[in-house]
Amino acid sequence: MALLSVKNLGVEFELRTGTVAALRDVSFDLESGERIGIVGESGAGKSVCAFAILNLISKPGFISSGRIWFKGNDLASLDGESMRRIRGNEISMIFQDPMMTLNPVLTIGTQMVETIRTHHPVSLDDARNIAVEKLKAVRIPSPETRLEQYPHELSGGMRQRVVIAIALLSDPGIIIADEPTTALDVTIQAEILELLLTLCNDYHVGLILITHDLAVVSEVTQRILVMYAGRIIEQGTTREIIARPSHPYTEGLIGALPEKTTPGQPLNQIPGVMPSLQDIPSGCAFHNRCEFAAQRCRSDLPRPTDLESRSVACHFPIRD
Amino acid sequence: MNPDTLQIRPDSWRRFRESPVLHSFLRHRTAQVSAAVLLVYLLASILASVVAPYDPWDLTQFDIMDSEIPPAGSAGADDRFVLGTDAMGRDMFSTILYGTGISIVIGIFATILQGAIGISVGLVAGYYGGRLDSFLMRVADIQLSFTTLMVAIIVLAVFQATVGLEFYEDFAVVAIILVIGIAEWPQYARTVRACVLGEKKKEYVDAARVIGLSPITIIYRHILPNTFSPLLVISTVQVANAIITEAALSFLGLGMPVTKPSLGSLIRNGFEFIFSGSWWITALPAMVLVVLILAINLLGDWLRDVLNPKKYD
Repeated sequence: MALLSVKNLGVEFELRTGTVAALRDVSFDLESGERIGIVGESGAGKSVCAFAILNLISKPGFISSGRIWFKGNDLASLDGESMRRIRGNEISMIFQDPMMTLNPVLTIGTQMVETIRTHHPVSLDDARNIAVEKLKAVRIPSPETRLEQYPHELSGGMRQRVVIAIALLSDPGIIIADEPTTALDVTIQAEILELLLTLCNDYHVGLILITHDLAVVSEVTQRILVMYAGRIIEQGTTREIIARPSHPYTEGLIGALPEKTTPGQPLNQIPGVMPSLQDIPSGCAFHNRCEFAAQRCRSDLPRPTDLESRSVACHFPIRD
Repeated sequence: MNPDTLQIRPDSWRRFRESPVLHSFLRHRTAQVSAAVLLVYLLASILASVVAPYDPWDLTQFDIMDSEIPPAGSAGADDRFVLGTDAMGRDMFSTILYGTGISIVIGIFATILQGAIGISVGLVAGYYGGRLDSFLMRVADIQLSFTTLMVAIIVLAVFQATVGLEFYEDFAVVAIILVIGIAEWPQYARTVRACVLGEKKKEYVDAARVIGLSPITIIYRHILPNTFSPLLVISTVQVANAIITEAALSFLGLGMPVTKPSLGSLIRNGFEFIFSGSWWITALPAMVLVVLILAINLLGDWLRDVLNPKKYD
């Protein structure tokens, strides 16, 4: 059985203008030690999905349907106290901007020690030792000194390493990384990705990598989920999907990568913008941007169907 | 959450020496003078029983025959009383020392009480939001719509009338602290709430929730320290305000009793004699009060400038 199994997850937001579904019918599994990527445009529901797994959707949002099975518990219906024992302990999360995720007025050491002692009854000295050990694991030089420093004394890449070290503190089963490299410059990005990959292998941690950057996903993950307007439209192994996308949207995304374009030519792009969640078109949400759209796409919602080793939600998947 | 994680680090002295606050202090003459004045006031009032030549609270130590002796330098001055005596023959110098102490104690403790109530209410209202926030802030608005002085006058007058003057004299300090503390908490609640609304949107709060910390820990350990700068600034203003409020109450006869006068009650006592030429009974404590308030406010102004992050941009 999978370590994490999301079944028909739906998240809605109660707005003044009515209820808006940010996530519809999302289902996927994560095996122990597996690395999956969730890709999609801004507003596709990637981050909502991450927060939903941790049951941290804040008002006016709520989980409207579905189950999130993790080690025999349904996280979607777990009470606050038990949920807190899972957060940061069995499932941790890394955010986009390391400057913002570390508390500016507390030292690195204070923040790390606090995290450990929230979940484990260890002495202050033991907690510090664990913190030093994890800082070493993320290859931070002179970790003892770092413990006494404040976030503003560290560089961006260093801060993201600290954030990763904090995520590793309780040896979690799953790390959710929400655009972990977007705020960093390109050289640091590569280092951080490399580090994440090594750590996931060494500690046998499952990774859910959320990003809009297909290059990042293809380097790190084994499987990809492509999201569009709150639904998963295609999922399968990274290699296959990057090489032979089946959904026209996925194909468009991959075609839009700058390296797919001959130098001097304009970049390929998918015409139009993703519909706002308030007025999602009938049938397939992608139909008005899709070059293959037929009458059926406007009226019928395509269900995810298995196509060889992958699953695609499209009436006319691309086959070679 | 854990008190031992708050321990002072070995290099905190170095941090202090290199901090912009100290740097600015060493270049800011007004701040230095204000701090020096405050230090003198604090030492004088703490050591009042040692420094003061007489004990103004002890009826056996003064004589009505010594009343209204002018301060040194004027005609009819007496060597025993440097700053003269009041209408009851008490040594003005000693009385002012003791009175300053009472004023400062009331100012500080009333502010602590305001802070304790206001900060808690502001944190909870700002963090949880929604109906609880609306309710707490409307309570604060209602509280603010009664001026402090009005609340204090009503409460203290009723209190004085019900418990009797003798009992009141023993508990006046506590009663005044409670009244000023409770009447002014919305100032803190509003400031803290505004800060929390800004802070709670920041990702470190999300990160703290993701780590699995409880709301109480997040509020007090993570958000509260980020609101310290504005709190420090309004605290100085509030201490000064509390001292003035107490002086005003005493001036109206509802504050400290004549037997244990604060600066305010000294001013009031002397006020009756100002037209008979005994100006010093009112003027001296008034001067002491003005200098005290001025020093606190100037220090507060400096602190506001130093802690304003926009200044470093």
